[in-house]
Amino acid sequence: MTDTSILSKTDYHTSEQAERLLKKRYRSEARFIFYGRLAIICALLILVTLLSSIFLQGYTSFYQHMAILEFDLKQELVDPQNTGDPEVIAKADYRTIVNNMLREKFPDVTVRRDRKALKDIISSGSDLFVRSAVMADLSLVGTRATIAVPLSDDADSVFKGFIDRTLPEDERRVKDNQLGWLDQLSEEGRIESRFNMTFFQVGDSREPELAGIWGAVVGSALTLVVTLLISFPLGVATAIYLEEFAPKNRWTDLIEVNINNLAAVPSIVFGLLGLAVFLNFFGLPRSAPLVGGLVLALMTLPTIIIASRASLKAVPPSIREGGLGVGASHVQTVFHHVLPLAMPGMMTGTIIGMAQALGETAPLLMIGMVAFIVDVPTGITSPATVLPVQIFIWADSPERAFVAKTGGAIMVLLSFLVIMNLIAVMLRRRFERRW
Amino acid sequence: MRFKTVAIAALATLAASATVAQARDQIRIVGSSTVFPFSTTVAEQFGKTTSFKTPIVESTGSGGGMKLFCAGVGTAHPDITNASRRMKSSEFDKCHEAGVTDITEVKIGFDGIVMANAKDAPSFALTKRIIFLALAKDVPDPNGGENLVPNPYTKWSEIDPSLPNVEIEVLGPPPTSGTRDAFQEIALEGGAKTFDWIKAMKKADKAAYKKVARTVREDGPYIEAGENDNLIVQKLAENGDRLGIFGFSFLEENRDKVKGNPVDGVDPTFEAIAAGDYGVSRSLFFYVKNAHRGVIPGIEEFVAEFTKESTWGPDGYLVDKGLIPLPDAERSEGAQSANAFVNLPGV
Repeated sequence: MTDTSILSKTDYHTSEQAERLLKKRYRSEARFIFYGRLAIICALLILVTLLSSIFLQGYTSFYQHMAILEFDLKQELVDPQNTGDPEVIAKADYRTIVNNMLREKFPDVTVRRDRKALKDIISSGSDLFVRSAVMADLSLVGTRATIAVPLSDDADSVFKGFIDRTLPEDERRVKDNQLGWLDQLSEEGRIESRFNMTFFQVGDSREPELAGIWGAVVGSALTLVVTLLISFPLGVATAIYLEEFAPKNRWTDLIEVNINNLAAVPSIVFGLLGLAVFLNFFGLPRSAPLVGGLVLALMTLPTIIIASRASLKAVPPSIREGGLGVGASHVQTVFHHVLPLAMPGMMTGTIIGMAQALGETAPLLMIGMVAFIVDVPTGITSPATVLPVQIFIWADSPERAFVAKTGGAIMVLLSFLVIMNLIAVMLRRRFERRW
Repeated sequence: MRFKTVAIAALATLAASATVAQARDQIRIVGSSTVFPFSTTVAEQFGKTTSFKTPIVESTGSGGGMKLFCAGVGTAHPDITNASRRMKSSEFDKCHEAGVTDITEVKIGFDGIVMANAKDAPSFALTKRIIFLALAKDVPDPNGGENLVPNPYTKWSEIDPSLPNVEIEVLGPPPTSGTRDAFQEIALEGGAKTFDWIKAMKKADKAAYKKVARTVREDGPYIEAGENDNLIVQKLAENGDRLGIFGFSFLEENRDKVKGNPVDGVDPTFEAIAAGDYGVSRSLFFYVKNAHRGVIPGIEEFVAEFTKESTWGPDGYLVDKGLIPLPDAERSEGAQSANAFVNLPGV
């Protein structure tokens, strides 16, 4: 029998050298695939680390420990004239009621310093919680009511396990006597961990336990609505004109180059432009979602125009020729036949542009949206801030509990971004047509 | 034709909203990021306890705040600016040129700048002179003589044998920060002045003196760590050989991770800064545009809230946020002149 391996060699290859070369090419292919996989694994690892660190840091902001305490809502303190008028009751001195409760609960704390330390274990906004409980049920006036008030950020950290009890007292944010009181409350079953509704209901606050993301969410939404209303029609119209109607000459070339360049301009430049044009020239209000939306619209316009032109280009010429062939005018062809087919691509581009706008802070700095704003904005001219700015402000705050809030806010922002990108993918899947 | 109408309509809308902007019933505050935590706390308290709207506080930096504040009188311009240093004479002049001639200065307290490191790392007994030698760009020749050489020191022990034998590595704020300005002015220049011949330069050539005394080295040991002080704290906890520069309030919040090092023998404690014993501290201010009193509702009440004992006093709520209060006499005097809206005659 002859050696089969020699046979196969002579069958497929002309020379030893060719075989070596082939092996080399196979090896380099395997190497390339390996590098590619390695790159993807690295990217995934980094992503997982990033997401898990954000999650681990942020998930504690979604719950808050509350102290369930009994408040004596004395008639003479809440509504001395017994009017039953909600307006009178709303203005009552709930701070005193909270102080009275503490005095009653811990009667042996008498030294002024200790009293202050005691007061510090529950939130400084406790009176507001008592008030809203009373406002929700006016029949509580004159009775002893059990109301849950949030613990202060430091006390909350004790139950979240962020305070190391073994540390010497002067290195700890929560002192020994405070820990004693908290343990006492906890043994009595008066400490309860609840879902942090406040976080999703209110605007910013300097007290971590009272700070919420809602103001920033509304601000972001208002800003994005303005951005969308301006950039989408303008961008699509520009794309249609440039792609379907504009003559090809030096002017349109120049415009095209400029649009492509604008897409790469750093976003802070748009903020400076906004400051000069919208605030200083037109005198629009500072910190308003209207101005933020205008600036972000300028920023997203190039993205939308480029994406829209690409999707118009992807519509085959036969559609246009067919339209023109049956006697439709140029405008009719574009609007009845080409545009509907290009729409999914345009919308995808728009959503990606919006997602980009949602994450911007730099241009908003110049127009005063990087600010501490407590009230939830009510319209496009009322002062507002946006999600990424809120994250920035919290990340920069000295209070330790804001670290968790930062993580929580990042999670909220990320989930909005994921939802927007999912919508973009779904639109593409559902309406995209291939030729 | 149709396009023209649309354009005109758009412009008209903009103009209409511009007139909306003219009416403002909310105080607007701009300025220093160091004063920001205090200003916002007072603003929130003010919003909660009065019938006025919560003021809007922007964090623009001291210089940026002054620029906005001094741009003019009118509701388009802010009412109050915060500063982590006094108003400069150039800024004062700009204000006056723009018609902002009636300004009240309110000094609110102190902020200590600490040189911190990890809690379990060895303590550095620093002096301003050591800080200058470690971080200035050009330092006196270590071989003696009154000439400057590019900073040759790479280890702390080279400057003073009593210091640990570790690489000089200091994390600090970038040049845009007010903390950096203050650090250069107080710590570095303070150290430079301990050399008599450098001090003598001040009279001969002020610009050259300032350059020598206040320039931070750029060859590596000083690392610009960004404006985020929380990040610096984190990096200090990771590596015990590093020092970090940040405000006292961040030290207060992170006592379990980092500790402040003594400068000229004084530890950065609340008491030492309040008494003025700790050398690297600065005053914090805010400035009120008096022309806006009576136009924007609540300015008087806001200043009153800020200067109440229960706000800025030793037991006030700003102390919980890290403010170091003024001495009693200065505080009551300050409250008086603030609430009388005394005009700042010049700086």
